[in-house]
Amino acid sequence: MAETKLKNPTEAILIGGSTGSIEVLLRVLPALPTPLSFALIIVLHRKNTADSTLATLLSLKTESPFREVDDKDPIRPGTIYLAPADYHLLIEQDKSFSLDDSEKVNYSRPSIDVTFESAADVYGSSLIGILLSGANADGTKGMQAIQKTGGLLVAQHPDTALVGFMPQQAIANTTTDYVLDIDGLIAFLKSVNTAQQTAASAF
Amino acid sequence: MNPDYDLSTSELEEILTLIKLIHGYDFTNYAQTSLKRRIIRCMGLAHIRTASELRFQLANDTAFFDWFLQSIMVNVTEMFRDPAFYRTLGEKVLPLLASYPIIKIWHAGCSTGEEVYSMAILLKEANLLERCRLYATDINPANLEKARLGLIPVQHLNDYTAGYQQAGGQRDFKDYYSLQGNYIQMHKTLRDSILFAQHNLVTDRVFNEFQLVCCRNVLIYFNKDLQNHVIRLFHDSLAPLGFLAIGTKESLLFTDLRDQFTAIAPDTKIFRRTR
Repeated sequence: MAETKLKNPTEAILIGGSTGSIEVLLRVLPALPTPLSFALIIVLHRKNTADSTLATLLSLKTESPFREVDDKDPIRPGTIYLAPADYHLLIEQDKSFSLDDSEKVNYSRPSIDVTFESAADVYGSSLIGILLSGANADGTKGMQAIQKTGGLLVAQHPDTALVGFMPQQAIANTTTDYVLDIDGLIAFLKSVNTAQQTAASAF
Repeated sequence: MNPDYDLSTSELEEILTLIKLIHGYDFTNYAQTSLKRRIIRCMGLAHIRTASELRFQLANDTAFFDWFLQSIMVNVTEMFRDPAFYRTLGEKVLPLLASYPIIKIWHAGCSTGEEVYSMAILLKEANLLERCRLYATDINPANLEKARLGLIPVQHLNDYTAGYQQAGGQRDFKDYYSLQGNYIQMHKTLRDSILFAQHNLVTDRVFNEFQLVCCRNVLIYFNKDLQNHVIRLFHDSLAPLGFLAIGTKESLLFTDLRDQFTAIAPDTKIFRRTR
């Protein structure tokens, strides 16, 4: 289903979420195939502690290489990245990460907008932005930036989210390409991956 | 970010060149995405819509430049940030430093002083403060003025008190400050133990030899070339077997001198010069 709207092979997929989004990831991550043909970058609002409980929790749910980002890490396809607590996560032109501990944006650090906007600049139309459950409007400006540079937009269906506000804001303020429940999201991610593997094996 | 304001890569380069030529601050090797975001944020706050207008202001209005400099530099800092770092420092590093008659410590990029005061407190509790020479430097003179006064906003006092305890503090955090309206002021013994001075990691050189260099969450603002340069500066500023502490999400992996340092324990970002 995704092939129709995808203009370019997907290099990176961003997932942003807040309240209620961890539960979604705990269902989505185990269902994803390996290897992934894209980098999957996750930005969640979380407690401002440096403890790695969330990273451990999520890493146990996937067979893919999983990494809580360190400054200057290169972005590799097939790897799942988690934004560390208490830093904004930015993407540089050479497709590496940089961190920034400047003021909170939308009361949040990491801010979903900050990562999505910088990724839009770098990846353009080979980027997909996905916004999950949350009680904050963070992410909407980031989705607008991805829309502007030709990427694809996906929102969790607000009725299926623990808190529908965050995806609802994105749907109201962007031309969201897909509004999906959790099973739909899994099928979508699989299709993005399979589409590329099929295309690659055809050569 | 406000979509009304934007900068192209070449416009950003022109602005950085101008700042370097006129004001002597070299930001050309800062991490670009983060720097660009902060400059665009300044443009939004000052209602400056074009790169040429920004260049004009930067070239002709000193007060504007001072504000701009203050606003693009990130001065977010906390006392006892990452208590686990201070705990490791207290357990694994301070006992080794205790063998030196004089212990020289450099806090590079100290901002308004919160971290160096945190360390001074731990040194005091380890009975080492009298033997320490604490040098705290920053690029920004306005930060140093605040740091010298030892005035810290009272707003996060509860967090700092909790951080002090988690960091291994053995007394009452109240013993170290007095309340001054919206601030706490660090006690004079702590203030007098630290020498604050201006130092620019990009352009200034080695100025002493240290047993410990602490530079946390400063390298993240630099690109890989500049990180490399600064790690070499730290290496050359350390005595053999001296310690280097960087931020918990920072890394030496991308620098030429990575083999010259070993982590003192897994999962810490405290390194020791191998020779």
